[in-house]
Formats: sequence, C-alpha cells, structure tokens
Amino acid sequence: MPHVLTRSLDRSATLFLIVVAACGVLIPLSNLLLPSSSMLQVPTYLVALFGKYTCYAILALAIDLIWGYCGILSLGHGAFFALGGYAMGMYLMRQIGSRGVYGNPILPDFMVFLNYPKLPWYWHGFDMFWFAALMVVLVPGLLAFCFGWLAFRSRVTGVYLSIITQAMTYALLLAFFRNDFGFGGNNGLTDFKDILGFNVQADGTRAALLAMSCLALIIGFLICRAVVTSKLGKVLIAIRDAESRTRFLGYRVESYKLFVFTLSACMAGVAGALYVPQVGIINPSEFAPGNSIEAVIWVAVGGRGTLIGAALGAVVVNYAKTYFTSGPLAPYWLFMLGALFILVTLLLPRGIVGTFNSWWEPWKAKRSSDNAESAAREDGVSEPDMAE
Amino acid sequence: MLDLRNPIHETWKAAMLPSSVYFCRGRPVVANVFDRLRALFLSVCLIAAFALPAFAGPFEDAVAKFANDEFSDTDEAIGTVAASGNPLAFTIISALQDGRLSADPDTKKVYVTQDDGKIIDAATAAAVDKLPDNAAAVRLNNRLRRTVEAALGGLTLLSPDPAKRIAAAQSVFKTHDESMLPVVDGALQKETNKAAKLAFTEARAAILLFKADATDAEKLEAIATIKARGDQEALALLTGLSGEQPPAIARAAASATSAIQSNLALWSTVQNAWYGLSLGSVLLLAAIGLAITFGVMGVINMAHGEMVMLGAYTTFVVQEIIRTSYPGLFDYSLLIAVPLAFVVAGAVGVLIERSIIRFLYGRPLETLLATWGISLVLQQAVRTTFGPTNREVGNPSWMSGAFELGQITITYNRLWILCFTMVVFVVLLAMLRYTALGLEMRAVTQNRRMAASMGIATSRVDALTFGLGSGIAGIAGVALSQIDNVSPNLGQSYIIDSFMVVVFGGVGNLWGTLVGAFTLGIANKFLEPVAGAVLGKIAILVLIIFFIQKRPRGLFALKGRAVEA
Repeated sequence: MPHVLTRSLDRSATLFLIVVAACGVLIPLSNLLLPSSSMLQVPTYLVALFGKYTCYAILALAIDLIWGYCGILSLGHGAFFALGGYAMGMYLMRQIGSRGVYGNPILPDFMVFLNYPKLPWYWHGFDMFWFAALMVVLVPGLLAFCFGWLAFRSRVTGVYLSIITQAMTYALLLAFFRNDFGFGGNNGLTDFKDILGFNVQADGTRAALLAMSCLALIIGFLICRAVVTSKLGKVLIAIRDAESRTRFLGYRVESYKLFVFTLSACMAGVAGALYVPQVGIINPSEFAPGNSIEAVIWVAVGGRGTLIGAALGAVVVNYAKTYFTSGPLAPYWLFMLGALFILVTLLLPRGIVGTFNSWWEPWKAKRSSDNAESAAREDGVSEPDMAE
Repeated sequence: MLDLRNPIHETWKAAMLPSSVYFCRGRPVVANVFDRLRALFLSVCLIAAFALPAFAGPFEDAVAKFANDEFSDTDEAIGTVAASGNPLAFTIISALQDGRLSADPDTKKVYVTQDDGKIIDAATAAAVDKLPDNAAAVRLNNRLRRTVEAALGGLTLLSPDPAKRIAAAQSVFKTHDESMLPVVDGALQKETNKAAKLAFTEARAAILLFKADATDAEKLEAIATIKARGDQEALALLTGLSGEQPPAIARAAASATSAIQSNLALWSTVQNAWYGLSLGSVLLLAAIGLAITFGVMGVINMAHGEMVMLGAYTTFVVQEIIRTSYPGLFDYSLLIAVPLAFVVAGAVGVLIERSIIRFLYGRPLETLLATWGISLVLQQAVRTTFGPTNREVGNPSWMSGAFELGQITITYNRLWILCFTMVVFVVLLAMLRYTALGLEMRAVTQNRRMAASMGIATSRVDALTFGLGSGIAGIAGVALSQIDNVSPNLGQSYIIDSFMVVVFGGVGNLWGTLVGAFTLGIANKFLEPVAGAVLGKIAILVLIIFFIQKRPRGLFALKGRAVEA
C-alpha cells in the first residue's frame, strides 16, 4: 500500500496535504494555547467554521471523485451526507441520557414528546460509538450500493441518473420530515451534550473535531488520489469520456461505476458525521435537493477532475456564503450564487484549478523548467484559500 | 319613536329579526337585499296568520319563565317558546344559545341583545334603550344546550329558505330526535320544494327507524328510504341501530348496510379517480412545457418551475391592476392573464436561451447547473420585487364553488383546470403537427445537421422552441395560481414532479407526458388513502426510480441511433 500512496502524490498534492495538516494542527493549537488577547489566537467560532468547511471539502472530494473522474453527476449526494449525519446524531442523542428535558434515560426527548412506548429497533446500538461510526459508513454505502446496482446495471446514465438521484434525496427529505419516521421529524436531532465523554460545546472538543476533520480530509484525499492514479482510475476516466467504447473493450462499466459511487457515498457519510457535532444539529433540510446541487457547484467552481480544486471550491464558495449572508448583502446572496452557477459553467468550465493548469502548463512547457518550480507555483494557488 | 303596540308593525319587526340573526355572519351586502325580500314575504304571511295581536298568552308567560333563572323553568320555557309558532321564537332561542338573552328577575322581563347591539323586549319585540341594571344573562347547562340546539333545529325546519330547511332536515336526520316527528310531518305536508321534500322524507325515515313504537312496516319503509340515500350518514345511521330488532328489520338493515357499503366503495373509487385526474392535469400542465424543452430539445431546464412561478405572478399583477382600476373585469382576469403569462414567460425563456443555454448545447450536465443558477436568480428577483410571502390571487366567480355528482363533490376550479390542460395539450399537439414551426421543430429534433442543411435556421428554432416551452409553463402558472399559493417557492414544488412525469412518460413524446402525468396522478391518489399523503408520494418516487431501472428511457421511448447521442 505505501508505494501506491507515494506513487499517487505529485508535488501539488503533497503541498495540499501539508496545508491541510497545518490547518488541522495549528488552528486548534492557536485556539487552545494562545491567550485570547493574542493577534494569532483563532476564536472558537472560527474553529467551528473551519470545521464546517473541512466537512464540506470532504463532501466535495466525494462528488469530484464520481463527477470529475467518472462522469456521474449525482444530485443526491446531500442525502449520503445527511444519512451519515443522522447516524452520528443518533449516537449523540443517545449520549444525552437522562439529561434531556424529560429526563428519560433511554428515550430521546422527541420520542417522549411523541409518546413512543419504547426505543424503535433501528435506534438500538447507537449508544455505542463504534457501532454509530460503522453505521456512518455502512448506511450511505449500502444505500449507494443498492441504488447504484439498480441504476448502473440498467445503464441509467447522464441526466437521467441526475434526476433520479434528485428524486432519491427528495423522497428521503419527505420521509425524514415525518414525525412517525422516528428521527425527530422536522426538528431533527439537536441539543447534543457529549461526544465520547467530552462536551461538544467545549473549546477543546471543537478543536479536536477540527483536527479530526482535517485528518479525514487528508485520508479521503489520499484514497481518492490512490483510486484515480491507479489502473482503476484510468478505466474510470475512460468511462467518463467514452462509456460505450470502454464497455466494448471488455470492461464491466457498471462494476467500476458501482465501486466508485459507493466509495464516494461512504466519504460523504463520514463528512456528514463530522459535520453534525460541529454545527450541533441535523434536520431533514439537509436532504433538500438544493443542498446537493450547491455541493456540485463547489466542485465546478474549484475545477472538476482535480480533487484539490473540489476542496478548494468548497472552501471558497462557503467562505463567500458566510461572508455575504452575514452582512448587509444577505438578500443578494442568492443572486450571487445563481450568477456563480451561470458564470462558472459558461466562462470557467474547468474551474479555478483547471483554468490555472491550462494557463500554466503551456507556459511551463515553453520555459521547459523543471517540475519542482511548477509545483511550487501551483502551491501558490492552494495556499491562500486554506489560510482563509 | 314608533308606536310599539301596533301589531302589524310588531309582526314586521319580528319578521326582520330572524333574518338579521341568520345573516349576521354572512356577506352583509348580498344578504341585506335577500334579507329584506324574505322578511317582506314572511311578514305578509305572518300578517295573514296572526291577525290578532300577541298580548299576554302562553308565549308571554313562557318567556317570563326565563327570568326565574331555574334550569327546569328554562327548559319548559324553551319547549313552549319553540312550540308556540311565534315569529320571535327563533330570535329568543338563538339569543339564549349565544348568551345574549338577559332577564330582569324583579320585573320578569326578558331582553334580547341583538348582534348589532340593539336591545329588544323578548316578549313584545319592543326596542329598549338599555338593559336594566340587575338584568343578568340567562344561564344554560349542558343538558339545556342540547335542548336549545334541538329546538333551533326544529325552528329552522320551518324556515322560508329551502336551503335552510334542507340543512335542518339533515341535522334531524343525524340526530333522529323523536320529538321532531310532528314538526317534520307538518313540514313534509306543506313542502313543495323537491330537494327539501326528499330531505324531510329521509329525516322522517331516520326518526321512524329509531322510534320505539313505530310499526315494522314503517321501519322497513324507513330502511328503504335510508338505503336509497346511500351515503356515509345513512351508513352511520344504520350501523347505529341497536341489536334488538325484529329479524325482518335486522335483515333489511344488514342488507341495506352492505348495499350502502359497496355503493360507497364504488363512489370512493370514483372520487379517487377524479382526484387523480385532477392531480394528473396539474402535473401535466406543469410538465408539458418541460416535455418540450427537455423532451424535444434535450435541455435540462431546472428553471422551468420558475417559469410557472412567473406565470402565476403575472396573474397576480393582472388581478391587482383590475382590482384597483377596472373592478368590473375581475371575472375576465384569467382570460387576460393567460396570453400575458405566455408572453412574459416566453420572452424570459427566449432571453435565457439566447444569452445562456445556446452556449451549452451538447453539455447537458452543465446546462442543468446553469439553469439551476437561473432559477435561483429568478426566485430571488421575484422575492425582492413582490416580497417573500404568499400573494393573494382570487378565483373568478365562474371558478369558485362546487357541484355534487352522486356522492362526490367536484369543484369548478379543478374541473376548469382539467379542461384547460386538455385544451393546451391538444393545441400544442396540433401546433407541432400542422404548423411550419412545428415541422421545423421536429426536424431539428430528429436531425439537427440535416435540418440545417435543408435551410432551417436551427438557432432560431431553438430559441422559439425554448420560448414555447417556457410560455406554456407560464400559462400553467396562471392555472396553478388558482389552486396553489403564489409565492417565490411555487416553482420549486413542481420541478421534481415535472421531471418525474417527463422521465416516466418518455422523452420526446407528448403522448408519453400525457400518459405519465395521469398515471402518476391517479396512482398517487389511490395510494394516498392507503399509505397517507407523504408516504404515498415517497412510494411513487421509489416506484419511478425502480421503473427507470426497467425502462431507462421511459414508457414511450424514442428508438434509434439519435437517442444515444
């Protein structure tokens, strides 16, 4: 395995990993160790915000893996994200124990409120972290496997796949809005207290969650790199560019697609699971089709098929969202988001990273400079966004 | 001051009273005219009937009993007053029900405070300036409240308005109160209105069925009458029948029950089918424009729902202008809005196609994202212009109301929307088949390059096709504004359903869209009673997801090489 990893890393990827790792270590340390008067101290709300962005970056990576490298445009990845989030939310609900408003040691508050006689069967086991963590990966993975197995086997492709993934997340949205579905209805799951015995509100826990998210991003990135640089990755790109031809060459297209779709869903689930304790709530609106499409635009902005671009796009777009929606420009945010969708598809089809590469590569060839320098330049792009 | 003892005047005034009570909660303007006509009619009748002035007599004594503030006396008073046939009876009893009847225990005078705040003497209908200081409202307990309701029901049985008589007869049918039998019998004798006569007959049957001393023949006849009625109420009545009945009656009741049940099951199927057709027509209307842009052009227009919304807001603006400037035209507002909505949405569509979509042909996924962006912009634009809340769009008179067809109620707006949808569908189909533009559209769809070689300006056809699809979405918005909330989110709620319809029906085929819309609509409405509204919808989505696995190109798939391109 190690040689797979080393082979998959070029200079820009290495630098991306270093930046993420630095964020994951330095931001928590600065938040915890430096006095609040210090210039370099990162306030706690920013730590939570960075944590959120990192989770979005993992989701964007997952989408880029299937869209950028395999041409599957899923408009339902928000569903896998939210399912992972719900699995974590269920664990966190069980951890509240008797500290809830109704003080019931077993039943979460909303179940007492809705007169549940006992814990529904699917809530069992979620008091154990390992089980919840398993479900975080397993539930989205299983759904993606079943869904993909049906869809890819019957060769549902292109926009049809996009539309039925959207229908899937919409169906889940409706289901989770129901009170008798057993997941808290439209209020969702919230009011969390502890994770693994640590208070979710505490600075230390938030810092640790950010570090964990960065670690997950690094691992996710490594996995994606390993996939796309392997022989498997070459087949995926072939499927993206000419599906019928790949099939005629003897590859089982649906198996490749199914594998990468399921992997991507698992990653989205992990992203959701890390997201929930940091924002403190999970509710059905996470299933809204709009959320999934928004996640796709992060990838488009950053540059599809670049991985680094996906993560970068997630951070840039969400930073812009935070910036604009919290200021006096809030009513105009949707105009900007809409314009972003239109302009990126029209003018910047390769995204930030892709466009940069297309400018940079010919220039580099002309200068015939060595690899080291080009990598250093590319790093110049990925650096500022991580520092934001 | 009027001469209050003038009997004719008294009668006139008394005749006015019930009507003002009836109509106080209704529409005042319309009611007033009606009110007066009725009052006139009634007063003429009453003058003939009560030639003698109603001085102290059983009615006045009964009214005075309200002042005793004893429940037993009040009960007795209610019975006497209700049975007196005095025109004031309804006023007094309904005032008693609403707590507007007050009594002075010292003078034994009873007063009614009318809805307009005027006070009259209950026994004489004479106007009183103000209540005496020690007057207190006559109290009721639960048992008395029931007596009051029954008495009111009996009084309305004799109302001059047939609709009121029918409503009263219906309530007697439900309560089957034995004490009502003489009133019902009397009313039945005099009744001339056909519908009211039927209602009285049914009410009589209901009473007789539960009357202990009715003969078996009467009861059997009653069961036959109730069976002929055949609705939920009739079923409730028959199942409420006690077990201790003579065998012949029990058998008749059982067979009537099962007959009614199967009849009701049939009607509920018909009703579900109607609801399904109605939902299907809405889906078809929303999806038909998409069938053009997506089906014919292959453009994934996520902003389609916003075109529907633009149409709905056009209707709103038209109605606002009519309301402020030309109130007489309100009934024509939709007819004016339809072409305007087509033009507005169509123009926006052409603009979008020329400025954005034409650069994205052949890149369906990018088109999807760009049109999603357009939908966000349009939504927000409407939100900033018209505000985020629902806007009021009214129904013209010919679209409001409903009529009964057997056991189901059909609302006019749903019926009109169904007709309108079919008209739009037929016109569109004819347009594609018989006009030059339709021919060009089909040519471009089937083989763009060949069409271009034959001299068709493909880019012009693209723009017009997109404009047509958007314009039809706009007129869908006019229709949907009649049954849905007009808010910036209007389009969002239809977009997924519309895509489902088009994908289910098969792309590139309007008939597929028609079949898809009605299949989904009817399936949805038949699932709803079984699974509930939300679960039914989820089930439909899941079924479509499975269906697409089976037939990835929909019900009516285009075949051939062009499909894969």
